[in-house]
Amino acid sequence: MSNVNNSNRPLSPHLTIYRPQLTSVTSILVRITGNALIVGALLSIWWLIAAATSPEYFELANGVMTSWFGKLVMLGSIWALWYHTLGGIRHLIWDNAIGLDLPTAYKLGWAVVIGSFILTAITVCVL
Amino acid sequence: MKFITDRKRAIGMGSAKSGTGHFWAMKVSSVALLILIPLFVFTFGSVVGEDYNTVREYYSHPFPAIIAILTIIVSLEHFQSGAQVLIEDYVHGLSKKISIILVKCLSYGLMATGVFAVAKLAF
Repeated sequence: MSNVNNSNRPLSPHLTIYRPQLTSVTSILVRITGNALIVGALLSIWWLIAAATSPEYFELANGVMTSWFGKLVMLGSIWALWYHTLGGIRHLIWDNAIGLDLPTAYKLGWAVVIGSFILTAITVCVL
Repeated sequence: MKFITDRKRAIGMGSAKSGTGHFWAMKVSSVALLILIPLFVFTFGSVVGEDYNTVREYYSHPFPAIIAILTIIVSLEHFQSGAQVLIEDYVHGLSKKISIILVKCLSYGLMATGVFAVAKLAF
């Protein structure tokens, strides 16, 4: 690739030029939520290993888990988990070449956004 | 006389290198997680913040322990695949290779830690 002339070639429009659309924003959020869930996974597995280690270590991890920081991470993770799940279902539907037309794609987009908040509310109420 | 077929010569030369294996692995793990995630959220979530003895007692039962172990394995396998795609899109060259290796180390390290923790709680 050393002979590629990068400076003198036409560029396709950058992401920043486009007005954000429901389809593009819901798409990037699937990626962001999926990768951000590693924070909740780290906290949860740390809490589990603490519970498996000793009562003293558990007190520390459980203290962090039930602090405002831990609760914020868990609440964010619950939303991210449901958003990513619904976004994933949308991709599983799209993989069959179903629902790719714009009106259906927009309906699915709103279903993912609204559904994620409804599922988060249900989870918080149940737990 | 050529000993290598045209197909063999072409394999691995495309931008994807390895066909659809990675894509399919993510599809399979995503369908598994559709079942596991709701079960995990409501089992794990019901004991988070409870006291030490309650947590130990809860995870001595087979159902929540098996769900936790399966979720830890499948979700981190899914994560390392997905995070690899994220890295491949935004990081290039040597940094890309190092980042992918670090993500795999983190994923499998967390996976082993989580499974060990639940197993120790269960037995």
